[in-house]
Amino acid sequence: MSESRGLLKSHIVKKYWMAFTGLFLILFLTGHLAGNLQLFMTGYAGQLQFNEYAVFMTTNPAVKLLSYVTYLSIIFHAIDGILISIANKKARPVGYAYSKPEKNSIWSSRNMGVLGTIILVYIVVHMQNFWYVYKFGSTPYMQNEDGTAPLLQDGSAVADGIVENGRVLVNGTDMGPVMKDLHSIVVDGFSEPILVSFYVLAMIALGFHLVHGFSSAFQSLGLNHPKYNPLISKVGYAYAIVIPALFAIIPIYMYFM
Amino acid sequence: MATEKGINITLKVWRQKNGQAKGALETYELKDVSPDNSFLEMMDILNDQIIMKDGSPVAFDHDCREGICGSCSMYINGEPHGPGRLVTTCQLHMREFKDGETIYVEPFRAKAFPIIKDLIVDRSALDRIQHAGGYISVNTSGNTQDANAIPIEKENADKAFDAATCIGCGACVAACKNASASLFMSAKISQYALLPQGQVEAKNRVLAMVKQAEEEGFGPCSNTGACEVECPKGISLENIARMNREYLSASLLTK
Ligand code: HEM
Repeated sequence: MSESRGLLKSHIVKKYWMAFTGLFLILFLTGHLAGNLQLFMTGYAGQLQFNEYAVFMTTNPAVKLLSYVTYLSIIFHAIDGILISIANKKARPVGYAYSKPEKNSIWSSRNMGVLGTIILVYIVVHMQNFWYVYKFGSTPYMQNEDGTAPLLQDGSAVADGIVENGRVLVNGTDMGPVMKDLHSIVVDGFSEPILVSFYVLAMIALGFHLVHGFSSAFQSLGLNHPKYNPLISKVGYAYAIVIPALFAIIPIYMYFM
Repeated sequence: MATEKGINITLKVWRQKNGQAKGALETYELKDVSPDNSFLEMMDILNDQIIMKDGSPVAFDHDCREGICGSCSMYINGEPHGPGRLVTTCQLHMREFKDGETIYVEPFRAKAFPIIKDLIVDRSALDRIQHAGGYISVNTSGNTQDANAIPIEKENADKAFDAATCIGCGACVAACKNASASLFMSAKISQYALLPQGQVEAKNRVLAMVKQAEEEGFGPCSNTGACEVECPKGISLENIARMNREYLSASLLTK
């Protein structure tokens, strides 16, 4: 068997990776959602809380490492998904003239590639909306509640501070990087009905992806046991509905607030 | 003993002269078909009707006509072996269809199942998967050990038996959107993996059979579960998970 070694040596190995990265992304989503839920906090306190969280997420080394694993997982999952989808198509070059697949399988399970592609487009747009703007765009910065002094990343206000190129200066002395105001970028973004609709649509696609994906990943890794299958399937359905729904409610809530 | 009134049906049957020819659905009308006829008996009646009009009969595979040989292979109204559950085409009866119904009949379609003629496809790819590793090497020189001398857990014996009921008909491949042979392969792997006699060659078996299936052009498994629903023998998806486990440990633990 030595001639076919490697990371993607067979269909089954491709599916191990699919399942492994997919399950990791499921864990990631849970964490990401926990962070987003802070957007339900209102007023200055909510704004400050969210921006402090953004500082933590962009400076903490453990989070940084996790974020790289996440990027890799998404890229690997997507490439692997495309390779699998190509192999799927190749195995039946001539299709049926008349077929009733809905008699034997759920729609989600047959449309993972399409659903994944929607999610991929969404991820790119989403990164552009917030990640890119936060990192490289001209972001507004946080001030204290009276609006008289800019805030440093640790949350302390600098009286008489002025902000230049993302740094707080007092009489020319660099006090450190300013706390950027991601919160108001989010508020701005979700005042656009088109963006809100796109986010909601993407979360519906994610839900359908996970209705099949969650339990499918266990099967791919060989984790199938009559004693635990009902639990996996129930948790999978609950996850696929609750998590995307909570993600989707946030832009809707912010649009109407 | 006809118990019910005969039904009139319209058949749309895939006709294709050979592997290279372009095929198409042909329409036939059949009158007064007994609901007690099996699907294959109905096909026989259709062929009689075609022959009477000097046509060329529809070629289809069949042999035992009692659900154990795995020869009959038709994709009927959008499903392998038709709308029935846990039945092969020969065990499907016309009472499953309504008067006036249009019934589509196509061959099993997969890259690994080239069409020979009409509804007959070449399923020898499944045999080659079996040959690649679906066996145990037993001394048959006259002093063979009594299999019953080896204690086997009842649960495993039952599961191995269930897996071994696979008749290799190819319905799993036909049903799968990826034309994957995973259910077939996993049944053949499981029937040995669950028994002590199968352990000796277990690692090479799973590696060789999976490799062969891929070379034959069968697709990956998307876990849609279509195969399990359509399998006339009710082979469980548990077997595919077992194959995935076996393959993982074999890949990690062989040189
Ligand atoms: C956060 C986002 C995502 C999560 C949580 C996720 C999760 C999963 C999970 C758990 C599976 C099941 C794996 C298995 O069957 O073993 C899966 C399958 C799949 N995913 Fe994703 N996925 C995500 C994004 C994507 C993206 C961006 C693509 C882009 C192409 C994609 C394409 C696919 C495909 C094609 C399959 C099915 C593979 C097959 O046919 O078996 N997914 N996903």
